[in-house]
Amino acid sequence: MATISRPEPQLQEADQPRPLYTPIKRRSFFMYAGATAGATALVLAGCSKSDSSVGTIDVGSGDAGILNYAYALEQLEAAFYAQVKTGAYYTALGPTNAERQIFDDLAAHEAIHRDFLKAALQAASITPLKNLTPDFSTINFADRTSVLTAAQTFEDTGVAAYNGAGRFLTSNANLALAGKIVSVEARHAALIRDLRNYNSFVASDVVNTFTQTSGAAPGTGTASLPTGSGNPGPGQERSKRPQTVLTAVNNYLAEGSKLSASSFS
Amino acid sequence: MDFFQLLSDVEKADPEFLDRINPRRAIFKHLGNTGKKITAAAVPAVLSSFFTKAYGQTGSTLPQTVIDVLNLALSLEYLEYYFYDTALGVSGLINSADRPAIETIRNDEAGHINTLRGVLTTAAIADPGVNAFDYSGGSGTGNGPLASALLPGAANQAAFYGAAQSFSDTGMRAYKGGAPVLNTTATKDILEAALNIHSVEARHNSHFRTVRRGLNASLNGAGAATALAVAPYDVAPKSWISLADNDGPPAPNGTKPARPVYGAGTPATGTTPDTFYPAESNVTQAGVNLTAAPLTYTAAQVSEAFDEPLDPTTVKTIARMFVKPSSGLFV
Repeated sequence: MATISRPEPQLQEADQPRPLYTPIKRRSFFMYAGATAGATALVLAGCSKSDSSVGTIDVGSGDAGILNYAYALEQLEAAFYAQVKTGAYYTALGPTNAERQIFDDLAAHEAIHRDFLKAALQAASITPLKNLTPDFSTINFADRTSVLTAAQTFEDTGVAAYNGAGRFLTSNANLALAGKIVSVEARHAALIRDLRNYNSFVASDVVNTFTQTSGAAPGTGTASLPTGSGNPGPGQERSKRPQTVLTAVNNYLAEGSKLSASSFS
Repeated sequence: MDFFQLLSDVEKADPEFLDRINPRRAIFKHLGNTGKKITAAAVPAVLSSFFTKAYGQTGSTLPQTVIDVLNLALSLEYLEYYFYDTALGVSGLINSADRPAIETIRNDEAGHINTLRGVLTTAAIADPGVNAFDYSGGSGTGNGPLASALLPGAANQAAFYGAAQSFSDTGMRAYKGGAPVLNTTATKDILEAALNIHSVEARHNSHFRTVRRGLNASLNGAGAATALAVAPYDVAPKSWISLADNDGPPAPNGTKPARPVYGAGTPATGTTPDTFYPAESNVTQAGVNLTAAPLTYTAAQVSEAFDEPLDPTTVKTIARMFVKPSSGLFV
C-alpha cells in the first residue's frame, strides 16, 4: 500500500527482519570495511537506517511495492508519450512517416502497461499509487532531438528498473508479468537508440559490452566494465535498484508526486 | 577473530570473492537472519555458512532445475553465437553498414556465454562447436528451408535476418520461461543476471526487426530506421511482435519455419498463478482482457505491449531443427 513516508524512526529490530539490509551504503561499506580492518562485526549493529526523504510517496514493500513502482514508471512513460503526441515535433510528422508510426505504438503500449498494472493491483486488492503529476518542463516537445533523448532516457530507465526489481518479487506470477513487459521496453529502447544513432541499440552506457577474442573459444574476451564494483557480468544490461531509478525519475515528477522506495535499496 | 580483516584477506586471495557472494545481498541478509545482534562469538558461525553461500550458488551444487534452465540458455547462446560468427565470415552477406551491429551482437552472445559458464562452472555443457549446428533448419540434413541464410551475397540477407530474428525471439521466450525457476532466495543474483541477458536479447531482436524493415524498403544502414513496418509484419515487422507476426519471417521457399516461435507453448492456457504459455497474440494478462471495455485498445496493440514466455520442451523442439542429432543438444 502506498503511503506518504515519514522520517524513519530508528531501526527497531523487532519489526525489521533484515536489520542490516538497508542502512549500509553497499559498495562504500566494503571499501570502508577494508580501510578499517581493525573494526569488528559489532560495528554492524550500530549502523542506523538512513533517512528517507521527507515529502516523497513511498511505493511500499514486497510484491505490492514493486508492482506500484512499476505502475509509477508506466504512468510516467504513458504521460510522456501522450504529451509527445500533442507536441509540434509529432504533429508535423507526415502520415507515412515511420516516426509517427513508432510513437503511435509507443504511446499505446505504455498506456496499456499503465492501465494493466492499475487493474492488476486492484484485482489483487492492493491500493494503486495515486495519479502522479509529471514535470516535463525540461523537454521541448517541438524538438525531435529533445523528444528522442527523453524517450531514450525513459525506455532505458524502464529496462534497468524492471531488471533490478525482479529479485524483489516473491510471486512467480508477478515475475512473469515483469518479464513480459521488460522485453517490450527493451525493444522500444533499442529502436529509439537506432533512430538517434544507428547501431547504438546496445552500448556501454546500458550494457556491459564484451569483446570476444578472435580465434578463442566463445566467451573468451574482455568486458567494458571491470569485474566487481556492483557491475553486471559481461554482455548484461546494467540493471538498477529502485531507489537509484527513482532518484533519476523524480526529475520528471512534480512536487507531491516524487517517489521513494525505502524498502528496496 | 577479526571479521573484516578476514574478509579483506579473502578478497586479496580471491579478488572475485566479494562479487561471488554479492555482499550487498548475501552477507547482510545472512547476518540479519543469524541473530538480532552479531557478537564476536557468533562470527565464526556466521562465516562458516557465509562461505557456503559464496560458493554454494554455482556449479554442480545448484539445484538440477536451475542447471537445466541455465544449460538450455547456454545452448541457445551457442546457437546464436556461431550463427552470427559464421555470417561475419560469409562473403557479401553482411552489408558494411550493418557489420558493426552483427559484431556487437556476436560479442554480446559471447559475453552471455561467459556469464553462464561462470555460474554453471563444472555443470556447464561443453562448447558444442560450430559443426554441431545445422542453420538450414534441416535437423542435420543441411537442406532445410533456411539453407541460403548463410550463403554469400546480399540476396541472402533477408533469410539471414529472418533467421536471426527468430533465434533471438526464441532465446527471449526461453529466458522468460526459465525465470521463475531462478526465483529462489539462493539464486536471486542468477535471476538478475538472466534478466540482464534477457533484455539484451530483446534489444538485439528490435534491431534485427529494424534491419528487416529497411531491407523491405531497399534501405541499408541508418536508413532502415526510417522505413515503415508493413502489415501483416512477417516481412517488414515492427520492432515488437504484433499479434503473432503472421507466423514470423518467411523462408525463401515461402514456408514459415518460425511459426512455433510465435505460437503457443504447453500448456497454452491456464489460470494465474499456474504457469502457461499463450501465443504472442495473447491479449489477456493476469486474467484481465485488455481489449475489453472500458479499455479501447486493439488486439494488435495489446499483443505488442507484452512478450510471452515459452516452456523448455517447446523451445527445444524449435531448436532441434537447427542442430545435428549427434550434437546431443536440446534433447
